[in-house]
Amino acid sequence: MNRLTLQPAARFSQMRRVQARQRVRMLAILGAILLAGVMLTLTLGQSFTPLTTVLRILGGAEVPGAGFTVRELRLPRAVISILTGACFGLGGIAFQTMLRNPLASPDIIGISTGASTGAVFAIVVFSMSGPAVSVVAIVAGLGVALLIYMLSWRQGVTGGRLILIGIGLAAMLQSVTAYLLMRAPSWTLQEALRWITGSVNGAQLDQALPLLIALLLFGGLLLSRSRDLETLRMGDDIAAGLGVRLATTRITIVISAVALVAFATAVSGPIAFVAFLSGPIASRLMAHRGSLLIPSALVGALLVLLGDYAGQFLLPARYPVGIVTGVLGAPYLVYLILRDNKSRGTL
Amino acid sequence: MSASSLLAQSLVAGYGERTILNDVSLTVQAGKTTAIVGANACGKSTLLRVLSRLLTPEQGEVLLDGNAIHRLPTRRLAQQLGFLPQSPIAPEGITVLELVSRGRHPHQGLFKRWSAADEAAVADALSATHMTALAECAVDELSGGQRQRVWIAMALAQQTDVLLLDEPTTFLDINHQIEVLDLLTDLNQTRGTTIVMVLHELNLAARYADRLVAMAGGNIYAVGEPEEVFTEQMVRDVFGLESRVIDDPVTGKPMMIPLGRHGACK
Repeated sequence: MNRLTLQPAARFSQMRRVQARQRVRMLAILGAILLAGVMLTLTLGQSFTPLTTVLRILGGAEVPGAGFTVRELRLPRAVISILTGACFGLGGIAFQTMLRNPLASPDIIGISTGASTGAVFAIVVFSMSGPAVSVVAIVAGLGVALLIYMLSWRQGVTGGRLILIGIGLAAMLQSVTAYLLMRAPSWTLQEALRWITGSVNGAQLDQALPLLIALLLFGGLLLSRSRDLETLRMGDDIAAGLGVRLATTRITIVISAVALVAFATAVSGPIAFVAFLSGPIASRLMAHRGSLLIPSALVGALLVLLGDYAGQFLLPARYPVGIVTGVLGAPYLVYLILRDNKSRGTL
Repeated sequence: MSASSLLAQSLVAGYGERTILNDVSLTVQAGKTTAIVGANACGKSTLLRVLSRLLTPEQGEVLLDGNAIHRLPTRRLAQQLGFLPQSPIAPEGITVLELVSRGRHPHQGLFKRWSAADEAAVADALSATHMTALAECAVDELSGGQRQRVWIAMALAQQTDVLLLDEPTTFLDINHQIEVLDLLTDLNQTRGTTIVMVLHELNLAARYADRLVAMAGGNIYAVGEPEEVFTEQMVRDVFGLESRVIDDPVTGKPMMIPLGRHGACK
């Protein structure tokens, strides 16, 4: 049927269907790339393991030589990469959307750094390990979020002031982390790097379960608010006028996003710029077809998975994933600050 | 759609330490267009924000059809009362259709899918604002007047009985100002929507509003039909301006000509 002969309402419904189809297609493409990435990292490392062998190993078969590599080295790395990447991606886009500014990502405004400093403090000073470290990281992340919020409060909070204070606080926290690491003489350089740039070296499968639970719980909480989050992009006044409960929505979003970032940071360290980059990349890919939460999670997972692979095998030396994503993110940060100076930038 | 009345009782409100409204009471008549006028910082936007529940008053309350709005569930209030702020933000790249569809937010639940009623409300709002043909355009590509019509369309899609607007004509060329005010009048006449708006331009307020609220220093100076409220004395007291108020040759409503220091005939 010619769309011009349709009644407007029918035409609009058709436009929505087309959009929904394009959205599903783009999500499917992202999912397929992620799956291909997983297969790549499981089959090809320093040695090649055929896909059929990999599948047999995952099925529980004992394959001499390859079994250890796939099950103990490659699989945990892929799983942890995907989970941390998805957490960072979700946490980043939630903050960026809520504060209407791509610079307002938790890794730029000091929340990841806070979680990281908290984790290092727990490990170095109190010799903690395991879930206790995650708890400290989350409390520290939430504490920093609260501190930034209070410091930038002056009859209301504006995004710009909050971001500047967050950047300042992040720098301070980074030096605290560096100081703590210097005080810990037994620390290896590799471990130190994890807490400064982030790394999935030495990933273990038993770290995956708490991360997965956090992702499902807090990611689910964010998804349940996705329509409110979209409405917040039009400003607080419009959102309130459309029936969004501002305070509850904001608290839910902040707690969920901080928890996601903190849980991921407690496992991998603050992998540089993944939270910051995922949303804007997802936004370009989806071209305004609905909520960016799931696309950002997929992009975040891809960034960590492929960034880590590139750091291990595609570069002349072995680098932790945070170095690779840092190299990707830094130019974009400079670009945003330049653009933000000219006009008020949004996603 | 039945008309809804809005009643403000002894409002005291402000920001932090600063009290802006001192004991303001106002009855907004159902099914009428009310314009709030006054000099800068007289509290007119603050009053509108309290009426729309964006600001909680320190004392007093606002009743919508007899119910205190600060105790109504947020979503239910949003089904009855719409608010358009002065400079709303359109997300980058959003289309007219998507933006107007956001007006259905208060009518949708977590698991409620987009319904035929939602689609009809959106189509209706676009047609009332003459934006149907531009539904697929990105909002940031439109002219200022068209953009304001899109925001009004969003508020229409919300299908509320009361619509509050904060300076809906600011930053618009005069032709677009008239276009927007004509549109609001249509809406008031065809749907019986109760409209309350803050307006800067006195003559347009007198021309388009059924009732004028003149504010000065955080209080209401006068309320009533434009013919009663709009006098040379009011312009002097509220705006500190000497003027002549004459009958508008087109509508017969009062209109104001400022005298100024260089106003005398040569």
